[in-house]
Amino acid sequence: MLIALLILTAVAFAALALRARRLLTSTLWLAGVSAVVSVVFYLLGARQVAVIELSIGAGLVTVLFVFAISVAGEEAMGARPLLPGVLAWALSILAIGLLGWFVRSLAMPAPPSAEPAFSAMLWGQRGLDVLVQVILIFAGVLGLLGLLAEAKAPLEKSVAEAIMAERDRDLAAMQQRAHDIHREKEIV
Amino acid sequence: MSLSSPLTIAWLGMVALAGVAFYGLLAVRNLIKLVIVLQILVKAALLGLVLAGATSGQVNLGQSLAATVIVADTVVAVIGLALAVQIKRRLGTLDVRDLSNLRG
Repeated sequence: MLIALLILTAVAFAALALRARRLLTSTLWLAGVSAVVSVVFYLLGARQVAVIELSIGAGLVTVLFVFAISVAGEEAMGARPLLPGVLAWALSILAIGLLGWFVRSLAMPAPPSAEPAFSAMLWGQRGLDVLVQVILIFAGVLGLLGLLAEAKAPLEKSVAEAIMAERDRDLAAMQQRAHDIHREKEIV
Repeated sequence: MSLSSPLTIAWLGMVALAGVAFYGLLAVRNLIKLVIVLQILVKAALLGLVLAGATSGQVNLGQSLAATVIVADTVVAVIGLALAVQIKRRLGTLDVRDLSNLRG
């Protein structure tokens, strides 16, 4: 019963994260969802994933969000949603219905007599997944470096704009001078 | 599964969590909030994996799959937030509606 109560709390936190006006509040509700879900994992017997979820989901990702919000800043959005309310509700109810139907018709296999330990399962049977994780982390770091390296562009752009403005001023001064010389010649 | 068993209620909760995220994906306009909604959706998927493991008596299989998903999800969050920050710097907005340049 505790598990059901915790999952309902997670759903309520998720709805609050969606409804929160400020992004920072939304992020804190998301951290709450993560923490509650990790407790559910622990109660379900998935202890290793509970620890990973608590440290990464509620810790690292929250820090990342706070950092991104502090860089990008809060932005007031208009009340108008992306899709008309009725359509959004209808589509999400359809998705929930499909997911519910899928879960309901899920045929669970008979429990095996003895399941290997988590480490044996992860490193032995799911070795390819670990390899994919390493590649993903590598690709993520490379992507992040690429994106943050581009952050210098506005600075370079402002320098380029300053140089262009200076050139425009010089050009205008030269044109003015040429115009003056032409005028003097006409007067003479 | 009987309707009153805790695992069944947990499954229903997982579907509800995914439903909240589905609605958010359709309704939210802020790019950073969109990444938050994606995180909620992935939390529902993780919960589904672990619940499937618990229901079928293969918790460790569910755990190993969930660990992979957590790593992928974190990378998605990092890249998504970096993109949102870049978009804010270059275009000055986080509104999804303003990002579309296609008119027709």
